[in-house]
Amino acid sequence: METNEMYLEFDSKSTNEAFARVAVAAFAAQLDPTLEEIADIKTAVSEAVTNAIIHGYDNKEGKIKIRCQVKEDTIHIEIKDEGVGIADIEKAKEPLYTTRPEWERSGMGFTFMETFMDYLHVESLVGEGTLIVMDKQIGTQKN
Amino acid sequence: MIQRKVINSFFEVMNQCLVIRITEDLDHHRVMELREEADTLITKERIRNIIFDFDGVTFMDSSGIGMIMGRYKQVIFTGGKVGVAGVSNGVDRIFRLSGLYKIIEKYDTVKEAVESL
Repeated sequence: METNEMYLEFDSKSTNEAFARVAVAAFAAQLDPTLEEIADIKTAVSEAVTNAIIHGYDNKEGKIKIRCQVKEDTIHIEIKDEGVGIADIEKAKEPLYTTRPEWERSGMGFTFMETFMDYLHVESLVGEGTLIVMDKQIGTQKN
Repeated sequence: MIQRKVINSFFEVMNQCLVIRITEDLDHHRVMELREEADTLITKERIRNIIFDFDGVTFMDSSGIGMIMGRYKQVIFTGGKVGVAGVSNGVDRIFRLSGLYKIIEKYDTVKEAVESL
């Protein structure tokens, strides 16, 4: 089974949100995605990276790591931070729930990740960091 | 007749409407660039309504939704409204998913929005 993998590490700065979106989309291009599938991937990556910057590192310095793997028609994306971690993952995934309403966070990040990707898995340990795992199968109609 | 005051390349006041020109991807980074000045102008120019001009914008994530909701909460106190103009298909999709069209109005152009609001 042929796979293709890339690994990216960058500073937790908001200016890198666009870079992360475009980098992952560029890597996914080998699967010949539609414009909508690219938009889906960019949005999901944007949500996860923004969470790492704002929540994980609390807008302070840190490194965000992205690993992508393409296998058959699926893109597998892992976004990791070594920040504060999520105390209650199920609560965090609840639509509209946010720990930062004062920052005007909509609380829709995880909802968008779940909507636009086929698979979402969150692992986190308070004080150690968070890992977001997302898969998307390209080229199949999703109802 | 529309009274027009150009603040800079991203902000304009038309009648009592603040027009915010997004111009690039509306993500957390862009929100941070726009929000403070928007809030300053809302107070200083005694803004009633806000129009977000999405002309040329092809990307928006939930940070954009948060920014729009935040401004909506501000103007609604004085009976104001929020509208969006020049929305591309990709951005429209995010608006529809978020349910924001229940509380904001979509217009084809900024001119149309200012005339309606």
